[in-house]
Amino acid sequence: MTTGSRPLRPGHDAAAFRRHQILRENVIAWILRGCAFSAVAGLLLIVLFVFKEAWPILGDRVTQQEANLAGFFSQPLWQPVSETPKYGFTPLFAGTIKVVLVSMLFAVPIGVLAALFATEFASPRLREILKPCIELLAGIPSVVLGFFGLMVLASWLQPITHAPVRLNAFNAGIALGLGIIPTVFTVCEDALRAVPKSFREASLALGATPWQTAWNVALPAASAGVGAGVLLGLARAVGETMIVLMASGNAAITSGDVFDSARTFSATIAAELAEVVVGSPHYATLFFLGALLFLLTFFINVAAGAFVDRLRRKLAGA
Amino acid sequence: MTTDALRATLRPLKKSRPFDLAGLSFTALSGFAAFLIVAMVAVILGDVVIHGAGTVTWEFLSAAPKEGMTKGGIFPAIYGTVLLVVLMTVALVPFGVGAAVYLHEYARPDAWFTRAVRFAVANLAGVPSIVYGLFGLGFFIHFIGGSVDRALGLDVVFGQPALMWAALTLALLNLPVVIVTTEEALRTVPREMREASLGLGATRWQMVRHVLLPQAMPGILTGAILSVSRGAGEVAPILFTGAAYYLPFLPHSPTDQFMELGYHVFVLATQSPDIDATKPLLYGTVLVLLLITFLLNITAILLRARLRAQLAGRS
Repeated sequence: MTTGSRPLRPGHDAAAFRRHQILRENVIAWILRGCAFSAVAGLLLIVLFVFKEAWPILGDRVTQQEANLAGFFSQPLWQPVSETPKYGFTPLFAGTIKVVLVSMLFAVPIGVLAALFATEFASPRLREILKPCIELLAGIPSVVLGFFGLMVLASWLQPITHAPVRLNAFNAGIALGLGIIPTVFTVCEDALRAVPKSFREASLALGATPWQTAWNVALPAASAGVGAGVLLGLARAVGETMIVLMASGNAAITSGDVFDSARTFSATIAAELAEVVVGSPHYATLFFLGALLFLLTFFINVAAGAFVDRLRRKLAGA
Repeated sequence: MTTDALRATLRPLKKSRPFDLAGLSFTALSGFAAFLIVAMVAVILGDVVIHGAGTVTWEFLSAAPKEGMTKGGIFPAIYGTVLLVVLMTVALVPFGVGAAVYLHEYARPDAWFTRAVRFAVANLAGVPSIVYGLFGLGFFIHFIGGSVDRALGLDVVFGQPALMWAALTLALLNLPVVIVTTEEALRTVPREMREASLGLGATRWQMVRHVLLPQAMPGILTGAILSVSRGAGEVAPILFTGAAYYLPFLPHSPTDQFMELGYHVFVLATQSPDIDATKPLLYGTVLVLLLITFLLNITAILLRARLRAQLAGRS
């Protein structure tokens, strides 16, 4: 404490001390501003460097002879290490869609319904059990969910689904669903809890049953938040890597069957980047995939943010 | 009308309601969804504990992998994980706390810079972890590391996957976690304390340093612990930035590669030539990883609960 402990002895230059103090305060403010800027810098650098390494796809002739935009969308095969490398996105696209679709169909109903249960029907004691379970599930590292999908889930699901291969898009989708349930649940629950109690009381007083109140009053009032939960879950599902890398079988084949092996955008990067030559067309292609992934999740997240704002305005106006 | 009389008039109304099948099944369905979540968590944890508990012995925790990772222990992976999260925390916490203090105490809420920082924080949290891995490789290793090597005339020292680059990549990944939790903690400090401190003639920084930060310490710790727990479990960002499949020695410099628990799980599960021989080790490793992350998470949850109770008591 510089001010408190320094005695104002005779000859003490109060003005100089004050100048020193102001300088110090300003320096500290600038340091803190710099810390805050690190977040902006981080985001900018991510954009800059992921796109920079992907740039040869769009701007370098030599790279374009082997890997180019037209090829990505017209070439039906993904065989980057064959004699004539083929970089077709179609199989990866099909794989991503299948896995994400299965995971959303699995996680969204469970997450939303469980959130409704937690806010509308559950006794405090049941909630005390459910909430820590969600926190536990959210705390399981994705590599452990991938391990579970690979070693355990696959052996359980195959006899039920009669899939031709153990590891397939369906298996990966369920494992991935486990990973996004906490996201969907948490966001939906927050939104439902933000619905004012008076809404429910009015509905109950008019003679509606608790479930009618939940379905016709609470859920519609929180719909923007539910939308945000679904979108945030979607963004996580699209970007999640380790689960799909381990549980999907990783075969880049174009098929509409969810019981075939699949390979997603994220898993492709994880599986291949360690072995590529830096600066090669394959390297640039993987960064291009990363840039696509970044843009996709970025826009989904921005949309989710818009939903959250709408919810806040809606409930503030109520 | 007394309450008893009111109740008496209401009772027949309640009884006359027809049996509500739709409502009952809807309630049951949502209850079933909640039950499914609890059951799935129990199944995952139960499976890991049942198969892994027998493997986790002192020898398993303290020995290196042997015989092509079919025997021995996981000590190098534990050691590498600890080094990684310690380095990450050292790099992360000053920036995260500084940013949160700025946002909460210094920034004007409507300034474009404040809005840019908040936008960046919100969106950093949504960037897929594999993209952080790409960024770490492109920026830290090739750009920074490569430039340092060229400037110092070194062969390849900094321009390759290393502990420090992995730690910095994870630090950026966790920056939003620390900023958000710290800001939440700063919000719990009552305004009177700030005003009292400023009123006594403290400068803004003195108020932050001697009043605000000590008060918000549990919340700051929560953020740091949560990010350590996340850092210990994230594998995708370190795949190309420093994690090694197998190392015969322990890392002793920030430019060394390292073994890591999560990555070790991935390696044992997918790269083993003899999965039956590795299976006990794999389950043991998963159990250790889960124990570490859960212990950290529980600590964070308890701290946060205390913090929220404080906040509720004050408002």
